[in-house]
Amino acid sequence: METLTFLLWQLVRFAIFLAVALAVTFPFLYAVLAAGERGEEDRSPAGLFWRGMFWLVVGLIVLVAVFPFYYAILSSLETGTALFRVNYLPESFNLANYRDVLTRPAFVRAVGNSVFVATITVIAALILAVTASYALARVRFRGRGLLLMTILAVSMFPQIAVLSGLYELINWLGLYNTPWSLILSYTIFTLPFTVWVLTTFMRDLPIEIEEAAIMDGASPWIIITRVFMPLLWPALVTTGLLAFIGAWNEFLFALTFTISENQRTVPVAIAIFTGASVQEIPWGPIMAASVLVTVPLIVLVLVFQRKIVAGLTAGGVKG
Amino acid sequence: MTTTVTAGSMAGTRSGESGLERQRARAAFWFLVPMLAMLAFVAAWPLLRSIMLSLTDADANTIFSGSYEWVGFDNYLRAQERADGTIRWRGVLVDASWWNAVWNTIRFAVMSVTLETILGLLVALVLHAEFRGRGLVRAAILIPWAIPTIVSARMWGWMFNDQYGIINHMLLSVGLIDAPIAWTARPDTAMIAVLIVDVWKTTPFMALLILAGLQMIPKEMYEAAKLDGIHPVRVFFRVTLPLLKPALMVAVIFRLLDALRIFDLIYVLTPRSSSTVTMSVISFQNIREFGDYAEGSAQSTILFLIILVFVTLYIWLGRVDLSGERSR
Repeated sequence: METLTFLLWQLVRFAIFLAVALAVTFPFLYAVLAAGERGEEDRSPAGLFWRGMFWLVVGLIVLVAVFPFYYAILSSLETGTALFRVNYLPESFNLANYRDVLTRPAFVRAVGNSVFVATITVIAALILAVTASYALARVRFRGRGLLLMTILAVSMFPQIAVLSGLYELINWLGLYNTPWSLILSYTIFTLPFTVWVLTTFMRDLPIEIEEAAIMDGASPWIIITRVFMPLLWPALVTTGLLAFIGAWNEFLFALTFTISENQRTVPVAIAIFTGASVQEIPWGPIMAASVLVTVPLIVLVLVFQRKIVAGLTAGGVKG
Repeated sequence: MTTTVTAGSMAGTRSGESGLERQRARAAFWFLVPMLAMLAFVAAWPLLRSIMLSLTDADANTIFSGSYEWVGFDNYLRAQERADGTIRWRGVLVDASWWNAVWNTIRFAVMSVTLETILGLLVALVLHAEFRGRGLVRAAILIPWAIPTIVSARMWGWMFNDQYGIINHMLLSVGLIDAPIAWTARPDTAMIAVLIVDVWKTTPFMALLILAGLQMIPKEMYEAAKLDGIHPVRVFFRVTLPLLKPALMVAVIFRLLDALRIFDLIYVLTPRSSSTVTMSVISFQNIREFGDYAEGSAQSTILFLIILVFVTLYIWLGRVDLSGERSR
């Protein structure tokens, strides 16, 4: 009875939450739709008003998306009391935090570990995935649908569900507290993802190319290496990049399977960054480290943004 | 889905298939073996072992020596008879801290996915409109997505800081609050802080998924409605939203699966806060911090089963085009 009233009460609370969220969003939604309807040429007062509202929404989205990272950069350039005084515009340009971070051997080591682990993980996943996704995309065989479904399901399962079994396996292989434990465990999420995305890419390649190769007597292996690989390069770069980001950001396995300071990866190093004393959290160096490990990712993502969006949506929904 | 799958699998069994087809099927088999062997080794086997460990009394001392014992479902639920003859129930299923974690996970998943869907829809509509600088907006919203979760947890942790945080500073200067709030430490605000960071980080992904759905709707649909002079908001609710529903459902379930397993953001942003601890976090703490492999595995197995239900729902509702024949 008590549980029932609790659940009912929570349902009411959720309804209120939903109503408020919708009520707050609706005016913005209305502005976007109304402005889209009128077009840029409409110079009437109503047209200009909705145009202005539209740009307000655009401005808000960009501000909210960019501000936290902007503020992290701003804070990373401040030390001493300047760091603890809130300011919205850059006031100081002090690289002391960056110097602090880059002279910590543990942090530099962590960056090296992350690069090593992510690179090997991506190469291994791509090698295993290219041939597998050729088979899944181009060859008809019994149980193909079921197999793809299983692969998709594996990429969605919670990492925690395999944690104790994997811990046992890694200890048994003698890989505990080495980068190889992470390379092995990251395969769980990079491999299904790469297979899935490469399969959707490969499906879209024209069948005529393959037919011509078959007519010439090419074996499936020749078709993959000589015919498909040159066409697949863009897809491989995109998938590899997404898998790299996944491996670079992973936290749970890295926290579980490494223990000593010089085996850690970047996310773990940043999560347990410590200062001179336990009470004092070194916010300046943390922000500097955060900016350092994020800037390369943001540059990569912006350079490849069109391809990444295509890869992401292929990995997420295709139905 | 079923029709395309059968059509695909029938082709291989049809009598009179050419030698070439058979050769290709054989090659496909050998192409698949390394990938499948790898997945069996790193995913299927550890999953089975985790489930098995949840049926034992393994702890940090016994897990490697193998001296743990089979205890059946005792980790989940067992009756304990006290000296006075009354029965006391023990195990994960009657553990208040576990149910607290379950409740936190559900609360988090439902609220974050709701907000992300509504805001993602708004952002997707903006990106779907034609205006100068659209590329820049898309680049800007990719930034939260590109930032590692741990880094965003730290960045927002700094912004939420009780003494020096910019969030408190903003709210104080606008007059919304009259004393600084310890956002990540207070039980009543910790979940709000987690939700804000998660919505900030994941709305871009949601927006991109919804945008892909929007772009699949034929343009003629809008133009017909526009010619008839129907109000754009009406068009949105009568034409766009119904056509978008399948893509939206798939995106929502996809995000829900992700939200149910959340670990890193909560572990770093609000450590040791009982008002945000989720199923993944409590299971991790049992396994790694208390060495209680048995109980931790029981909890992770329950989470696995919950997600299994949702994955089935996802594949069924989304009618994912598995063999790719529909899109041809």
